[in-house]
Amino acid sequence: MLTNAEKEEIHKEITLYPYAQAACIDALKIVQQHRGWISDEAVGDIASELGMSPEEVDSIATFYTRIYRKPTGRNVILICDSVSCMVMGYESVYKQISEKLSIGLGQTTPDGRFTLLPISCLGDCDHAPALMINDDLYHDLSLTSIDDILQKYQ
Amino acid sequence: MEYPLTRYIDPERPPLDFKEYEKAGGYNGVYKALKEMSPDDIISRVKNSNLLGRGGAGFPTGLKWSLVPKAAGGSGIKYVVANADEMEPGAFKDRYLLEGNPHQLIAGMIIASFSIQAQKAYIFLRWAYKKAERELRKAISEAYQAGVLGNNILGTGYNLDLYLHTSAGRYICGEETALINALEGKRGIPRSKPPFPSASGLFGQPTVINNVETLCWIPHIIEKGTDWFKNLSITGEGGTKIYGVSGRVKKPGLWELPMGITLREILNDYAGGMQEGYKLRGIIPGGGSTDFMTGEHLDAPMDFAGVKATGSRLGTGTMIILDDRTCPVAFIKNLIRFFSAESCGWCTPCREGLPWTDKLLQSFEEGRAKPDYMNILTFQTKYMGPGNTFCAHAPGAMEPLQSGLKYFGDDFMRHINEKGCPWRNHENTHR
Repeated sequence: MLTNAEKEEIHKEITLYPYAQAACIDALKIVQQHRGWISDEAVGDIASELGMSPEEVDSIATFYTRIYRKPTGRNVILICDSVSCMVMGYESVYKQISEKLSIGLGQTTPDGRFTLLPISCLGDCDHAPALMINDDLYHDLSLTSIDDILQKYQ
Repeated sequence: MEYPLTRYIDPERPPLDFKEYEKAGGYNGVYKALKEMSPDDIISRVKNSNLLGRGGAGFPTGLKWSLVPKAAGGSGIKYVVANADEMEPGAFKDRYLLEGNPHQLIAGMIIASFSIQAQKAYIFLRWAYKKAERELRKAISEAYQAGVLGNNILGTGYNLDLYLHTSAGRYICGEETALINALEGKRGIPRSKPPFPSASGLFGQPTVINNVETLCWIPHIIEKGTDWFKNLSITGEGGTKIYGVSGRVKKPGLWELPMGITLREILNDYAGGMQEGYKLRGIIPGGGSTDFMTGEHLDAPMDFAGVKATGSRLGTGTMIILDDRTCPVAFIKNLIRFFSAESCGWCTPCREGLPWTDKLLQSFEEGRAKPDYMNILTFQTKYMGPGNTFCAHAPGAMEPLQSGLKYFGDDFMRHINEKGCPWRNHENTHR
């Protein structure tokens, strides 16, 4: 069941388009904003709200990388692995985070605090290496700065 | 020297709000266009300026607008979309314009919309650009309050609504027909062309899609004219360009410089040259989908024609530097892996060919490559070349590979002969 708050936000988005289905991606983002991820049940609920089939909604949900079809941790670390960050040494940053949290890419810490994911170029190449945690961008990363950054997210 | 696009941008401070930007003359182009000019006058002026699209392809903006039919069938609605889905590896120029001066883009979109008589406009923004999202929301709301958006704009009877759409990831959504599908709430897969978006685009209606930097030019060209615009550039292509450099240079960054400045000047005078202990080996001039340039091209003028003459493309004008301590094969593999992951999967050459190429390059790194793999890689660049795929995604991916094989062929061979990568501790083997 979609909550009233979710429904309200979705219907606000629908008004920006000629028909409800066009708000599908927005609807997925809204539900994910509230719940952290998109469950099968949520796919079905969004489908009925927008007059679509669940399969159609799922085909869209699975296409976009920032729609999560599996539960995530409370905080999602997105580490840029594109070319400028590679040249500037993102790999040592990745290793440090991975060792510190004892997780690899696509994994979540057992306490549910962090999920670690790769991300394509964050468009911050003159300050590479860069990463995002939730909505926050961090750049010019050095191995000494990482512990302090992670500390901010519990 | 004039720097119209970045004049009011100071990353240390919040962008100018509507009142401040209006006072600085930032909306003069909008007032002039809507009050003194006809839609045809505007399109003629943009055409005469020879403004070439700044998203990478360099298509003439005025020509793009002139292809939109005067009367729209269907719902009767026409659309303008700002492509702010910047996601090409190494590209970071639109972020600067969006975060630094959102009203400049809005002013450009109002004029573009008026010129094709569009009633609705969207900004298609990359989800990761959170600061840009905040600034744009604020600026759009100020523009509505000031009466330059909404109904009866400036008392002219012209109505325009502007919406911000934030994406949900995927590089392919920057391809304009994939962007249209994404904006319609569908999977972001490119559409067959023709029909071109100017005839049948968003929701089946005539649509103009322009890059952020392109749209930011419009108010300036309308206000100051085509001669002024042409005189800004060193070569004949007009205007300035936002150039960027990332990699092992002393001062990575972005600079607005006259179109046609040489590569040497950008790298030495602005990026400060290479860092100590690093030598220049190659330059990807305009985002990950452009061919390498090398040290022999330093005197090339960095405009569309000048870079083309070297066998590459100006693209976005944001360069990535390959240094001598980074393995060229690993550098190229990183790009191929990106394009492979971002393939929409619609057409077979791209969906199958890019992961295959990635695996081949992986075999070079792991010392499993055989001499005839060089031929297979060359075959791939033809197999996924222009004309064989549904859109430009895979051909773009092949550009750094084909030029990499040409310029760094010996380094590929060393991987075969030495059974592994001669550079060590360089690569992302965890993915």
